Amino acid sequence: MKIHEYQAKEILRHYGVATPRGIPCFNVDESVNAARQLGGNVWVVKAQIYAGGRGKGGGVKVAHSLEEVRDLAESMLGMRLVTHQTGPEGQTVHRLFIEEGVNIANEYYVGMVVDRGSQRVCLMASSEGGMDIEQVAAETPEKIHKVYIDPITGLTDSEALDIAAKIGIPDVAHAEAAKLFKSLYQAFDDNDASLAEINPLTLTADNDVLALDAKMNFDDNALFRHADIVALRDLDEEDPVEIEASEHDLSYIPLDGNIGCLVNGAGLAMATMDIIKLYGGNPANFLDVGGGATAEKVTEAFKLMLKNPNLEAILVNIFGGIMRCDVIAEGVVQAAREVQLTVPLVVRLEGTNVKIGKQILADSGLTIISAENMADAAQKVVNAAAGKA
Amino acid sequence: MSILINQNSRVMTQGITGKTGQFHTRMCREYANGNQCFVAGVNPRKPGEQFEGIPIFATVREAKEATGANVSVIYVPPPFAASAIDEAVEAELNLVICITEGIPVRDMIRTRFKMQGKKTRLIGPNCPGIITPDEIKIGIMPGYIHKKGRIGVVSRSGTLTYEAVAQLMEQGLGQSTCIGIGGDPVNGLKHLDVMQLFNDDDETDAVLMVGEIGGTDEEDCARWVKENMRKPVVGFIAGVTAPPGKRMGHAGAIISGGKGTAQEKLAVMEECGIKITRNPAEMGKLLKSALG
Repeated sequence: MKIHEYQAKEILRHYGVATPRGIPCFNVDESVNAARQLGGNVWVVKAQIYAGGRGKGGGVKVAHSLEEVRDLAESMLGMRLVTHQTGPEGQTVHRLFIEEGVNIANEYYVGMVVDRGSQRVCLMASSEGGMDIEQVAAETPEKIHKVYIDPITGLTDSEALDIAAKIGIPDVAHAEAAKLFKSLYQAFDDNDASLAEINPLTLTADNDVLALDAKMNFDDNALFRHADIVALRDLDEEDPVEIEASEHDLSYIPLDGNIGCLVNGAGLAMATMDIIKLYGGNPANFLDVGGGATAEKVTEAFKLMLKNPNLEAILVNIFGGIMRCDVIAEGVVQAAREVQLTVPLVVRLEGTNVKIGKQILADSGLTIISAENMADAAQKVVNAAAGKA
Repeated sequence: MSILINQNSRVMTQGITGKTGQFHTRMCREYANGNQCFVAGVNPRKPGEQFEGIPIFATVREAKEATGANVSVIYVPPPFAASAIDEAVEAELNLVICITEGIPVRDMIRTRFKMQGKKTRLIGPNCPGIITPDEIKIGIMPGYIHKKGRIGVVSRSGTLTYEAVAQLMEQGLGQSTCIGIGGDPVNGLKHLDVMQLFNDDDETDAVLMVGEIGGTDEEDCARWVKENMRKPVVGFIAGVTAPPGKRMGHAGAIISGGKGTAQEKLAVMEECGIKITRNPAEMGKLLKSALG
């Protein structure tokens, strides 16, 4: 799960990370009032969307007067902000964050992720503040310094001080930077984060160390013990189809093709998308109905796929293990009747009770194209989508 | 010999009183030598009770001491599953198979840290389990699709593994052992660990490895295969068409920061002498062809 910058900063402040003062706003008047309340004569108006790269996309701008704050707020609210992470259609801006201006002396990077190789949380830091860390890793990997954090002791003082020195923070600010790194880890660990990033981390002219930007993602598997984090969820930022899928406990990801896939199991679902592509078609979605699919769940899955205006054909690929093919077949028949299927349907069943399952499909009177194996299924559905069924 | 488990394994079920634990313990008992292999259950609130004749103990240690069980399978719900693994590790079992899906990564980081230097091996979590066909199955895979033979199978997936096994059967190829290592980012045995075991197993002639996007386990395994493997290895990676930054069902199946793509994995595997296919319908044929 993702959250906004201002929400991440609120969490980090709670752990003692210093940030510029700022106020989240939902309309233009609030934005101007926020700037007035913050005082001073320089403000930063920041569009709040989950995607990164907001600055380059025109979603972060400096204002030198309250009139300028008003103008910027007016132009940003409601705009489709396009960044390298949003895709070409962009993301609509519904919230702004108005922050006081900061006198920047230098910028750095610090982030934390779960490292799969070492099976620990990895702190990464660099002197290259404000740059995409992937770009730094590709071009100047020697500038990235890492600590694989011991989960029992946490980030130690000496590790934190060492990192501060290595990324070139001046001696006078080492202690403050080290404290920030330790606070960041505490926030990461306490809240089951999967990613935390401060980019840039800023040294001010007064040698204060501030989080100028902040990003936090959380482990979906751990949300059951973080009601406070779940409460931060912003549904405006999520695809409505994915929200609906998650309500039915379906794992669904829309893609840009025209062949819908309904599969049991994540690995087989990916392989099904792959084989469609291999046979010259384009998958319209990833959809894993999971191990315990019922007829109702299959029906919901069909409804989700049919919401896609580009849909030209559907492939159901099931390898029944614990889930029986006859149950799936009944679900398919029920769904096809209920949703009034308007596109060709190819079904491949294998595994437990496959014969009964195929009989149910054959007896249904529905126009179902039956396939013998994955290759046959892929060929048939690609033909069907191209109108050659 | 098969790897990790055989008919002499003695298994306890942690979480035997839940619906899933009961159902699968019953299915596993009905498979091959299951009746003699599944000897104990664990539930701290129900010691002294039984499940269909299987005695239930309060702790893993008591179950081990009373029955000689040296393997555990876990169906405990996600919030408590990592401590169930910890308990099995502290009781010094040989092998723990954690079926549970949805364990927080933070819990697994701590559990894996505590496992360092301990004798217990872990399969999973979020996996279908392990089967040595016609001897014993520990997990949720359909037993009947398998047959004893000389091909090893290792995979991060569930149903895609069944698909792979079905394709092997079409080619008339049985399996020595099939292992699903699970779809989580922080887990126990990896492709590499399982490959080493298959290399040393004199009843395994060749290995089919099935991977998916996310992490670098398949690449690490491929590099080891290049230097050390004495048997043919073939492979498939799912997710060539997966978009970056999206979690594809499995918690660990995600391309992040441009890393962990299927293309990258397939390229490294090929460089390391592993025959690969981009067609998931040809895994069985590919393995057959590698036997020469």
